[in-house]
Amino acid sequence: MRRNETSGEGTPGDMLVVEGLVKTHRTDGTEVRAVRGVDLRICPGEFVAVTGPSGAGKSTLLHLLGGLERPDSGRIWLGGRRVDILSEARWAALRRREVGVVFQFFNLVSTLTVADNIELPGLLAGHPPRRVRERRRELLTELGLEGKEDSTPAELAGGEQQRVALARALINRPAVLLADEPTGSLDSKGTREVLRMLSGYHQRGQTIVLVTHDANVASTADRVVTLHDGEIADDISFTDPPPTGQAAAHVVRLLG
Amino acid sequence: MRLALLALLAKGPAHGYELKQALESLFGSAYPQPNIGQIYVTLTRLEKSGLIQGEDVAQSGRPNKRTYTLTEAGHEAVAAWFEETSDEPRVRDEFFMKLALAPLTGAADQVGLINRQRRHYLNLMRSMTRLAAAEDRDNKVAQLLIEGAMLHLQADLDWLERCQEELE
Repeated sequence: MRRNETSGEGTPGDMLVVEGLVKTHRTDGTEVRAVRGVDLRICPGEFVAVTGPSGAGKSTLLHLLGGLERPDSGRIWLGGRRVDILSEARWAALRRREVGVVFQFFNLVSTLTVADNIELPGLLAGHPPRRVRERRRELLTELGLEGKEDSTPAELAGGEQQRVALARALINRPAVLLADEPTGSLDSKGTREVLRMLSGYHQRGQTIVLVTHDANVASTADRVVTLHDGEIADDISFTDPPPTGQAAAHVVRLLG
Repeated sequence: MRLALLALLAKGPAHGYELKQALESLFGSAYPQPNIGQIYVTLTRLEKSGLIQGEDVAQSGRPNKRTYTLTEAGHEAVAAWFEETSDEPRVRDEFFMKLALAPLTGAADQVGLINRQRRHYLNLMRSMTRLAAAEDRDNKVAQLLIEGAMLHLQADLDWLERCQEELE
């Protein structure tokens, strides 16, 4: 069967398409099959949470989607373009413009100011410095970080550092935002802030794929993909509006 | 309901509708509104058992309202309630019964059961997230109730994950 290498499989509107993705990690002669045949289709503007127990292959899947790791087999289309066959250099260029990534431990450059951390990918992508600066100001305002531009990451609280990382990931207006346990090292306040920001960008149309082991975090997405042993065990799209009113009584009963 | 009403009356006399409002403002939108009929029935029973004392108060142009006061026995009942540890079962889990029995009956498969239950929990978790966002931030009782429900759900989901790991 001949496959269309440029426009992707299926409906042309898909943002991210994955077919038969397999990845095995090899360390000291032992093989761990982290991702064992994943098919996934993500539409523009979707907010998808990938969840499952540790070792289920969540982070590996996200790394494959962002080109941070290469699959053993399988195909990936981003915005209709086949990307798994790209060279390292072309992937790096693509990632800079099309994919934003946020990690659990922020991965900010500790010697750079907040402003420089955020602007760096914009400048590396070759955008005019003036426009990058404008965009950075805009992001700092949206993320409630005005006045922090000259701080270094170490001077900020965890939730603030993650918001800086979010700004950095969004500076080039990526088609897809990938987030790997973005609240994994935050307290409940920091978690709430970051989730509120992610929801906000989602509402403005940002496509987001978020990996988390936390069901509370996952439930902020509008679709939850559950991985188990490197395979998709379940794929749920929430049908809103959910039954709100007094849902706590479904779990905790206080009055007879 | 019985002890909640008694505890509210420990603060001072109140009538049925005031008690309903007190419960509502305490738990906010996190908990179902108490049914006024149920409150009146419970108050009548509490009065019969001597834990509260009712007194009709005349209102101009409207029917009398009945105000309740906690009796000596009522105060003792409230004190005893706070004294005893609450040892009700933390989890009543019919789902686990289904999961345990499924392979013996052949009537359902365990993976299907787990998936369906996970969807249910995630949906609940989602409504809880929305509830927390909609509820007044300053209503600590309501926020803690929602957070408690979320932690229970997280535990249920973790347990489900363990079941899936072990049973597959």
